[in-house]
Amino acid sequence: MEKLTVITGVGVPLRRTNVDTDQIIPAEFLKRVTKTGFEDALFQRWRQEPDFILNREPYSTGTVLVAGTDFGTGSSREHAVWALRDYGFQAVIAPRFADIFRGNSGKQGLLTAVVPEDVVERIWGEIEENPGTEVTVDLESRTVTCGSVTSPFEIDDYTRWRLMEGLDDIGLTLRHENAITEFETHRESWRPTTLPVR
Amino acid sequence: MNAATPRTLAEKVWDNHLVVKGENGEPDLIYIDLHLVHEVTSPQAFDGLRMAGRPVRRPDLTIATEDHNTPTLNITAQIADPTSRTQIETLRTNAKEFGIRLHSLGDIEQGIVHVVGPQLGLTMPGITVVCGDSHTSTHGAFGAMAFGIGTSEVEHVLATQTLPLKPFKTMAITVNGRLRHGVTAKDIILAVIAKIGTGGGQGYVLEYRGSAIRDLSMEGRMTICNMSIEAGARAGMVAPDQTTFDYLKGRPHAPQGADWDEAVAYWSTLATDDGATFDAEVVIDGDALEPFVTWGTNPGQGVPLSETVPNPADIADPNERANAERALEYMGLEAGTPLKEIRVDQVFMGSCTNSRIEDLRAFAGVIKGKKLADGVKLMVVPGSARVRLEAEAEGIDKIVTDFGGEWRFAGCSMCLGMNPDQLQPGERCASTSNRNFEGRQGKGGRTHLVSPLVAAATAIRGTLSSPWDVE
Ligand code: SF4
Repeated sequence: MEKLTVITGVGVPLRRTNVDTDQIIPAEFLKRVTKTGFEDALFQRWRQEPDFILNREPYSTGTVLVAGTDFGTGSSREHAVWALRDYGFQAVIAPRFADIFRGNSGKQGLLTAVVPEDVVERIWGEIEENPGTEVTVDLESRTVTCGSVTSPFEIDDYTRWRLMEGLDDIGLTLRHENAITEFETHRESWRPTTLPVR
Repeated sequence: MNAATPRTLAEKVWDNHLVVKGENGEPDLIYIDLHLVHEVTSPQAFDGLRMAGRPVRRPDLTIATEDHNTPTLNITAQIADPTSRTQIETLRTNAKEFGIRLHSLGDIEQGIVHVVGPQLGLTMPGITVVCGDSHTSTHGAFGAMAFGIGTSEVEHVLATQTLPLKPFKTMAITVNGRLRHGVTAKDIILAVIAKIGTGGGQGYVLEYRGSAIRDLSMEGRMTICNMSIEAGARAGMVAPDQTTFDYLKGRPHAPQGADWDEAVAYWSTLATDDGATFDAEVVIDGDALEPFVTWGTNPGQGVPLSETVPNPADIADPNERANAERALEYMGLEAGTPLKEIRVDQVFMGSCTNSRIEDLRAFAGVIKGKKLADGVKLMVVPGSARVRLEAEAEGIDKIVTDFGGEWRFAGCSMCLGMNPDQLQPGERCASTSNRNFEGRQGKGGRTHLVSPLVAAATAIRGTLSSPWDVE
């Protein structure tokens, strides 16, 4: 994973709440077995509407998505994160995210920044009034800046550290391999095993 | 953790699986007892292992089944859609290469992953269960800590049999009283989500308690825990009791002999201690519940079936109002229309929410000897091949076909339309599944979430109907 510190790019206002992962990427694209190349699938249904935000210049080149509350609800599909990332988004700003989506994002280097609802409103104002306005998300200082708006954002320390260091989760866990092996020696015999097949 | 501190069910299971306690803001490392795998969210995880040269740490704690892409007709023919076929073939190759037990199409244990785990007796109290699927919350009905994970986490569990996790907050959902005849677990959970909203459970493990929950069968508890994710929660749990033990005993992978006794003794200590505190509490009056139905495009947009389509103008929050307006437009509904006047084109009886034997029995009990309404299609899809056989032994297949419905093979089917079972644009469906998102059951399709009893009554009358209307 690449190290992230500051992200700056065109802000895209997505004035919708409850954007579920079925809208971010419809189920038909889940049939792919690769991990990249999902840019065409992002918001695929909505992109068929001519005035959808990503069909309008200069928003189509955006890298910071600014959405309403409860972004990423519904299905756990990590493809939603891959699609956002493959399209070019590096950060999503919203008042609240669904847990699984947020966890998936952290693992793929997509920054999710939580700011209060009124800040989202003000950023929407800036980027709608002056399309092409850039939004800066600074992990170091934990601030979002856009035009005249500056606001701290919430992200947990651990995710922030991992993003800034570009660390891979499995490698981090395997530092504890001895503890895992030790834990397994105490696993009671009543606990389930799938093999051998009974 | 001081042993004398009263703890909740969720906290007990968490503490019992702690491999490494996180320090300085690091998450805890939690051991995973059971990892369920299916074809959609696993290919990229196996690929990751292969690229890193890592084996599966515990194939003996891992099990795979084919469900999302499997056809429900002509299951012996080659799968027509090449991408669906590739996904299934990829799972078969991966299972073989990494030594994982797989139940393929045509196998008696094949079916929806959340039906298969409990049916084999692999799902049990006091364990941790994960799967690359949000409805893993289903397994919490046994008093397990069960939650959905993303594909990176699937790879993580395959490689390490653990997950780094931050502790969850706890929320008690107490459902008092007794459900009236015709009101079911599905109505409870739709009412809960309508009350707390699709984000209301965010960050929480929900524990369902109270007399109305205790009275439920395991199937009913699974229906409720299944949809915890629709309230935004990571997991839902019910404390194990005699109902749980009776359901488990004798299943293929349930503990036996001395192991069984040891397990039951331990499981009996799991219930939330008196005096333990929850971070939040919600109380629902079970006596007052009625059959529920959703009118919009998220599972929180639900009301009792006796009401009318809500008017967005009455919603104070401007974003919620805009959402409701958009939902009504998508659903092709007018505010103020009595819900029971809404005609449907299809009825779907299936999904990991409501496709177990008890769900099929309840559905069949209502339609038996009646006829499907003119112009309505009915598809009944058992949750697993074993459930299908069990239902056939009881004559449920015959009741469905005599009624005018279709009796299909097991899988996710029209719950999400990855296989050919899909709604046509504009078609309206009363569905026992769990998600009414735009296009979930097929592009342009319109979904009303209902219980099996409401689905049955609706199939008879052709309009959204309560079981009370067909008695
Ligand atoms: S039945 Fe539906 S909700 Fe359940 S696992 Fe299958 S697709 Fe997901």
